[in-house]
Amino acid sequence: MLLDMSDSKRVLLSGDEAVALAALHAGVALGTGYPGTPSTEILESFSEIGGRAQWAPNEKVALEVALGVAFAGARAMATMKHVGLNVAADPLFTAAYTGVTGALIVVSADDPGMASSQNEQDNRHYAVAAGVPMLEPSDSQEAYDFALRAVEISERWRIPVLLRLTTRVCHSRTVVHPRPANPPPRTPFFERDIRGRVMIPAYARLAGRRLRQKLSEIQAWNETCPLNRVVAGNGSLGIITSGIAYMHVREAAPEASVLKLGMTYPLPVEKIRAFAAGVNRCLVIEEGDPYLADAIRAAGIKVESQPEMYRFGELSVARVRRILAGDTSPEPSPIPGKPPQLCPGCSHRNVFEALHKLDCIVAGDIGCYTLGVLPPFEAMDSCVCMGASIGVGLGLRHVLPPEQARRVVSVIGDSTFVHSGITGLVEMVYNPPPTGHVILILDNSTTAMTGHQEHPGTGRTLEHEPTGKVSFEELGRSLGLENVFVSDPSADPGKFERLLQDCLANNQLNLIIARRPCLLIAGKIKEYERAANQTCTAALGEPE
Amino acid sequence: MNDGVINIVTAGLGGQGVLKASDIVADVAFRSGLDVKQSELHGMSQRGGSVSSDVRFGREVFSPMVPSGVADYLVVIAPDQIEVNRHQLRPGGMLIAPDAVDPAKLTNKKSFNVALLGVLSRHLDFPEAVWLEAIRAAFPDKLRAANVQAFALGRKAV
Ligand SMILES: Cc1ncc(C[n+]2csc(CCOP(=O)(O)OP(=O)(O)O)c2C)c(N)n1
Ligand code: SF4
Repeated sequence: MLLDMSDSKRVLLSGDEAVALAALHAGVALGTGYPGTPSTEILESFSEIGGRAQWAPNEKVALEVALGVAFAGARAMATMKHVGLNVAADPLFTAAYTGVTGALIVVSADDPGMASSQNEQDNRHYAVAAGVPMLEPSDSQEAYDFALRAVEISERWRIPVLLRLTTRVCHSRTVVHPRPANPPPRTPFFERDIRGRVMIPAYARLAGRRLRQKLSEIQAWNETCPLNRVVAGNGSLGIITSGIAYMHVREAAPEASVLKLGMTYPLPVEKIRAFAAGVNRCLVIEEGDPYLADAIRAAGIKVESQPEMYRFGELSVARVRRILAGDTSPEPSPIPGKPPQLCPGCSHRNVFEALHKLDCIVAGDIGCYTLGVLPPFEAMDSCVCMGASIGVGLGLRHVLPPEQARRVVSVIGDSTFVHSGITGLVEMVYNPPPTGHVILILDNSTTAMTGHQEHPGTGRTLEHEPTGKVSFEELGRSLGLENVFVSDPSADPGKFERLLQDCLANNQLNLIIARRPCLLIAGKIKEYERAANQTCTAALGEPE
Repeated sequence: MNDGVINIVTAGLGGQGVLKASDIVADVAFRSGLDVKQSELHGMSQRGGSVSSDVRFGREVFSPMVPSGVADYLVVIAPDQIEVNRHQLRPGGMLIAPDAVDPAKLTNKKSFNVALLGVLSRHLDFPEAVWLEAIRAAFPDKLRAANVQAFALGRKAV
């Protein structure tokens, strides 16, 4: 709920909404990204309150578009979930070299505890590896403040800035007092800077040195900047922490002195050294990897860190209490709730029934349809990262004995196909396995898993307005595929099963598009289409 | 401990309006000028999995998550989610279970979540007018009347 965004009244916002509001107040010219829990709502909210927001086909493209915006002198934001930054890592590392003219904020929403992710990677390591400053807010107020700060830092040092959020910060609603907007951005203007932006080795060597120079200036600034603060306590126990862990620490140890770090790369090492020297016992408490503890120890500062068992999962007040007490006894396991399941009537069900019945070896992918791994279907044999279904399926086909190879199917959702399946399709055409292959695109006309976002295959923008549309069947045919089929698996499940069976037997390359809109969004899609038709007719000046 | 902080956990299944109910509670506390934090775990779109959401309010709230065994109130919309969540309650904390309201008396069955908020409202110190403001703000025009009716039904049921 976004109330009165324009003035400076207090509002109750999620961390995602707070970042969106800051982006609006900072004059971000374009927000782009790819959906992924818990980051998705940032762009949705940015668009809702009047910002210009776009879904990109994947995170790499999003970051590249944002970089172009920042090269043009404007302010840009790219949003993604933690694994999205793996996809966008290539531009990130070299954007740190080129730097920017405007501002570039890269928002990475990590998912400790894996509420809805395939791994628990800690993206703080990316800030170090790429050499970009990193800010870690602990609630919505800080998400707002730090996003504004990130714009300032990015413009001042002409460097991309990583805003690292976590699930609890993204999805918790807390009170925010907005502040007056940043000074307005400059008008976009192309200034040639060949040595600064064309990273041939001769220029990149200089850029690498320039980057380190910027980082050492930022580190010196960070020693005294207000992003890091000390909460004075009784001096016997000192805790160094960041992000949401700070909130658990304040509740679990109200007496402790706390050094709360807001900019966690480059670290304010001398500030940390002074804090540690001023307390009897100094403990680092952080969610995820021992990133702070390792860096602080490497600087020769003596601190205790939490036991290894607390590296896994989210922290909580109870877990912080255990850490403080040195308790490493097994933790009570949470009572399992009811796991999510494919909705009754979902067309993915018909697909997985067929795959199960035909005893297929299923190289799977990520989306609602990953639930095809659960009983009663149990029809998925691998799920690694977005797009992997196609490469993994082809790899299996290349070496398995023919009778097994012929059972292999790559199953991929429509949004996932656009994200990172297209290059897999090209690979299939270029390096076909001896037994052929079957790629099955589950086209439900939406990115269902993350809350029904549009993508280039739906032909609608983030705001659900008509735009260019990628046709999967035309794409397949243009690559020279002869066996391209479109089938509705729910309309006639038997027919769909026979089609799949024929494709498995033909020793050729096959692309099957199983097309039927997601049940939960089918009504809305009709509305969008109706609205689009009306604007169309109005534009043509035809009678209604 | 943060003294004076009230902790409320709302639980149920995806599609039942758990998050909506929790949003309304948070909004009521927010409109009353308190510090509020609300936390939820969602991410998947599919219907039917367990969902829960925490609201904490008072003078100053730190962690957004209600620690296990500390909830003052546990509002459960689906009967089979009671046992999964009971450990959230503090000793002496209050369970508001789905049998507190008769769904047959609702104008719109989907407003069951708001009916349970009516029950909860009797135990909290907020004026009825603030609840009604928050409920009106939470729904589009065509759903307002049904939700106000549901709230009144729950509020009377105690
Ligand atoms: C690199 C990366 N970005 C984003 C995500 C989050 N994510 C997982 S699957 C998915 C798309 C699901 O859409 P689709 O393939 O159309 O399947 P559906 O859920 O509609 O069945 C997204 C956005 C991710 N896991 N990895
Ligand atoms: S949200 Fe849509 S795609 Fe996902 S399980 Fe439900 S009907 Fe299927």
